[in-house]
Amino acid sequence: MTFEHTFKTALTGLRAHKSRSILTILGIVIGITAIILIMALGQGAQDLILGQIQGLGSKTVAILPGRQPKGPADIASLFLDSLKEKDLESLQEKNNAPNIQDVMPIVFGPVRLAYQSETHQATLLGGGSFTDNDIIGKIFDVYPERGRFFNSEEVKGKASVAIIGDKVRRELFGSSDPLNEKLKINGKNFKVVGVLSSKGQVSFFNFDDMLLVPYTTAQEYILGRKYFDRILVVASSEETIARVVEDIKITLRANHDITDPEKDDFFVETQTDIAQRLSTIITALTLLLISIAAISLLVGGIGIMNIMLVSVTERTREIGLRKALGATESDIMRQFLLEAVILTAIGGVVGIILGAVFSFLVSLILSRIIALGWAFAFPVSAAILGFGVSAFVGLVFGLYPARQASLKSPIEALRYE
Amino acid sequence: MPLIEVKNLQKIYVNDGVETPALQEVSFSIESGEFVVILGPSGSGKSTLLHLLGFLDTPTAGAYRFNGKTINDYSKKEIAQVRNKKMGFIFQAFNLLAKTTVLENVKLPLLYSDMPEAKWNELALQAIQAVGLSHRVNHESSQLSGGEKQRVAIARALVNDPQVIFADEPTGNLDSKSGQIVMDIIRRLSEEQGRTVVLITHEIYTAENARRIIAMRDGRIENDQKVDRSRLDSRFQK
Repeated sequence: MTFEHTFKTALTGLRAHKSRSILTILGIVIGITAIILIMALGQGAQDLILGQIQGLGSKTVAILPGRQPKGPADIASLFLDSLKEKDLESLQEKNNAPNIQDVMPIVFGPVRLAYQSETHQATLLGGGSFTDNDIIGKIFDVYPERGRFFNSEEVKGKASVAIIGDKVRRELFGSSDPLNEKLKINGKNFKVVGVLSSKGQVSFFNFDDMLLVPYTTAQEYILGRKYFDRILVVASSEETIARVVEDIKITLRANHDITDPEKDDFFVETQTDIAQRLSTIITALTLLLISIAAISLLVGGIGIMNIMLVSVTERTREIGLRKALGATESDIMRQFLLEAVILTAIGGVVGIILGAVFSFLVSLILSRIIALGWAFAFPVSAAILGFGVSAFVGLVFGLYPARQASLKSPIEALRYE
Repeated sequence: MPLIEVKNLQKIYVNDGVETPALQEVSFSIESGEFVVILGPSGSGKSTLLHLLGFLDTPTAGAYRFNGKTINDYSKKEIAQVRNKKMGFIFQAFNLLAKTTVLENVKLPLLYSDMPEAKWNELALQAIQAVGLSHRVNHESSQLSGGEKQRVAIARALVNDPQVIFADEPTGNLDSKSGQIVMDIIRRLSEEQGRTVVLITHEIYTAENARRIIAMRDGRIENDQKVDRSRLDSRFQK
């Protein structure tokens, strides 16, 4: 029998039991929907995080104090005060690291801001440079909408100047103009010299809810510490990143009298490192969730097998008749196998459509309500995989019932009432 | 060479270790063009014999030659092909596909043949015309009366132009009027088209349509004789 007629025959068989067929494929639909949803959301999360990391610029390298964590139980909080002024000076020295373009130390911490009767909790970010007025803009790609950045003289002089994010402006100043107003941090007055435009998340910093001050001021008057939380380094080009990382390690080890790299009290993270680590975590999570969803496919497959066995028993007479009229074992086998595959493939297609719709809705909710820059991502690979897997489930779980059908003796079958 | 030739055919069913002989030492042959009725009460082995003749089952012992070739020499695939092309089956319970039109039911054997699809409709319509159901072509089988269903089944048996038609109690589920119409069609197939027909029944008046009656009892042939033509002719005159 030609494939076309086997297909038609299988379809006719399924159409004879519409509601049963629909209920049977529900398990497959749910399984495929779940897998598509998880894969689409995983892809969306990955795109979002990678996008944010790229917001920091791929040439940027971060030096962190402490030891690089080797595992979840590793205490990374050792030597948190290891990055000092001396390290900054050494890195700015062209002889030590010729491929470094910009260097900026940062310090951060939570602060309570006050303006007249209003108070607001925000994140303090201390940055700036002794030589470069625009270093914050260069590294984070954020610029004041009104006013200006603090200049290098103000950084040197530990000036009490601040630049505020859009949300801080709204919370403290409402509709009034914040420029040149004085706000209080720990009882000390700071003059607002700039207001950032609404920017959202850049890397791990939310600049909307942030207060920027010179790092010298932050160290001396607000946080009361001598060390840095990070030193951000911009390489001259992407090709020199590896060279810059090596230079940093050599310079800092010399500064810290470290001979054994195992005993480093700092570590260097490139954007690619971070991206890779996060991708690995997301991929692992996605795979875990998919394997849970796959269980519903297994259950769905068993449901298909069960219904196909019922169907084979019910249609014993039909099978006997077909055999008496000249159907071979493989004709019967193909007919019932195809019925199972059509069932699961339909379930797969419905699941792919539902999965796409749900993941679109979720991404809509995430981007509208939580205001994340979450883009709807529908991986075509997931759709192909979903369809393939569902058809495969039909093939596997349809095999046994189809074999049972093909082995029926025609007289047994014709005698069956 | 006879179309059908059986020698010492034996069939024993084994159920839970208990052997039940259904056919014992059956021998006969059927020439092309004969209309043979196998007559017997239930349990006489006539259905078993028909299953063996129709390649639906295999004998325990003895020889069955179809077209001069022993059944044991046919492969599974060839058996399916013989059933498809050389034999037509008519069953007591009609065995039409439900929710399927008359035309599709009649075309069913063609699906399993190597006949080009372009000819399917023509062949099916010819067969339907032969049983006088041209006006019912697109009706679903469930809308037909019992007699009409059996006529569809006859058309289905004819569609591949088989060498022999096996009919298993074709009037068993019909009232006497419908049964008579069905038997008239089967007799005409034999008389007008010269087709070979092997029909089993337990009713003597149905058996009398045939030219030859093989009477069976307890798995053996009791009697094998030609029917008196004068009796046939007298029926015609009624």
